[in-house]
Amino acid sequence: MWLLIPFRWINRRRHCFTVSKVVCVQQLHSSSTEFTNIHYDGLYPGHIPTTAVQKALLSIGSGVAALQNPYRHDMVAVLGETTGHLALIKLRDRMRNDPEGYAVLTERPRIRLSTLDLTKMASLPDGSFGREYLRFLEDNDVTPDSRADVKFVDNEELAYVMQRYREVHDLLHTLLGMPTNMLGEVAVKWFEAAQTGLPMCALGAVLGPLRLNASRLQSLFTSLGPWALQSGRRARCVLSIFYERRWEQSLEDLRLELNIEPPPVIPKAKKKT
Amino acid sequence: MAASVRLLVRQAIRLSHRNITVTAAGVSARPPCRCFSESAEERSTHFGFETVPEAEKAKRVYKVFENVAQKYDIMNDAMSLGIHRLWKDMLLHAMHPQPGARLLDVAGGTGDISFRFLEYVRSQRERQQRRAVRFGQTLSWQDISNSYSTIETDGPRESTAVVCDINKEMLKVGKEKAESLGIIAGLSWVVGDAEELPFDDDQFDIYTIAFGIRNVTHIDQALQEALRVLKPGGRFMCLEFSKVTNPLLARLYDAYSFQMIPVLGEVIAGDWKSYQYLVESIRKFPSQEEFKSMIEDAGFYCVQYYNFTGGVVALHSGFKL
Repeated sequence: MWLLIPFRWINRRRHCFTVSKVVCVQQLHSSSTEFTNIHYDGLYPGHIPTTAVQKALLSIGSGVAALQNPYRHDMVAVLGETTGHLALIKLRDRMRNDPEGYAVLTERPRIRLSTLDLTKMASLPDGSFGREYLRFLEDNDVTPDSRADVKFVDNEELAYVMQRYREVHDLLHTLLGMPTNMLGEVAVKWFEAAQTGLPMCALGAVLGPLRLNASRLQSLFTSLGPWALQSGRRARCVLSIFYERRWEQSLEDLRLELNIEPPPVIPKAKKKT
Repeated sequence: MAASVRLLVRQAIRLSHRNITVTAAGVSARPPCRCFSESAEERSTHFGFETVPEAEKAKRVYKVFENVAQKYDIMNDAMSLGIHRLWKDMLLHAMHPQPGARLLDVAGGTGDISFRFLEYVRSQRERQQRRAVRFGQTLSWQDISNSYSTIETDGPRESTAVVCDINKEMLKVGKEKAESLGIIAGLSWVVGDAEELPFDDDQFDIYTIAFGIRNVTHIDQALQEALRVLKPGGRFMCLEFSKVTNPLLARLYDAYSFQMIPVLGEVIAGDWKSYQYLVESIRKFPSQEEFKSMIEDAGFYCVQYYNFTGGVVALHSGFKL
């Protein structure tokens, strides 16, 4: 699953200058119309075009940085973007082949506080997906707006798939019933690694357990881990679900539809590992 | 009174110079990427490889340094593999300041040059004192009694360093660094624009600007301000990234700059774009000879430059006579 992008010693200098010349022309056209900071170069807002060498360096650097300081979510994000090209293509194709996934790809919904109707979700009955998601956000003190934007994916559609993956991560926590402590995160990573095949998930799945204490490791390897892997392999593609239309659906119902078994053990939602 | 009149006259000359250069640009062949008309007020300049209106450049440069201030020193060490310390040491060595000198460190930001300056003059002063003591051991009793009487008079003038920067974040980081290093005496921190310094004429013995002048929108104005605030006999010293002469080294340097440095910026500081601006702005800066003639045009004499690391960095020096 780990695919190191081969070092291609292309004539970097010429390539750099052509890239920057192209960038310069694009920026001129945009800067002539709006002298604000909102103009962007690249294929989508926030896109930074990078060469293969830069991507390789970024993946190594961000990997090291993320290992040293796991709280650097931006480094985890960069690692995912620079190593996930093939996995993203596979994911995108799976979404295209699924009718609901195709709808997601064309309509491009985003999960942000501004697009969610929180009062309506709070009024939903207990056990419904929307209500449980809200409960998860409150219990673990997280917000959907903390996800970094995609920067280094050089295809607009794949960038959306990556962004969707990031935003669905919290929903996965709800679907799997896992809290945001280290054990819960590792369990979700195992599920995601089996589901998506993203190298970053695989790396997180392998290295995450290194930070767990003995009892949690045992819980992971005996019950949580196998359950997560199995569910990941058997479940429908979680990115193909139009979650925004399913807030009223009951959580159990949704799990059945996605072929996800309820968790065997729910680790306590403590903040520290 | 005379100072303000002089300032007005200089500004008038500056404005007329500007108009002349605008019309000259209008008459000569336009660069191919200008596709919109420009009025006299809406001149553009470069921000890295991008073209922006002049008014915007200062704002964007401010934002860049506001973002990078906290990680500035770490990034300098990472990007230059620590060599920037050697460059700054060489600047001080060339400067060879004597105790009592007054330094103005423009775009001094985190204070590297000023700290080295104060350290240098302190060790110079110590050396002088040691020498005086050594000679004093063979003085006659007459000379010794004379030297006692000089203790009450004013001691030798203390060296001072003024750190001037347009960016408050950078000054903040510099102040914190000074406190942690325990350097307080002889150091002051001033917010100011290199194009319009908040100092009187003929104030300083040495003016330095290290890795800052390429971020200034109007370099010629900064040079004229430097000339103004220096005392006659004062020295202008500018450390800046410049053109590498050796073609092989140039290719390696370009590859390293464009491939590695923005990556380092993203990984260490979480900011790709500021470091992309950094490497682009280096390419846009004039060459050693061109900058030398700009300094001469501003009115400095005996302008010289020294290349460090094969031309990656150049130290330009000139005197106000």
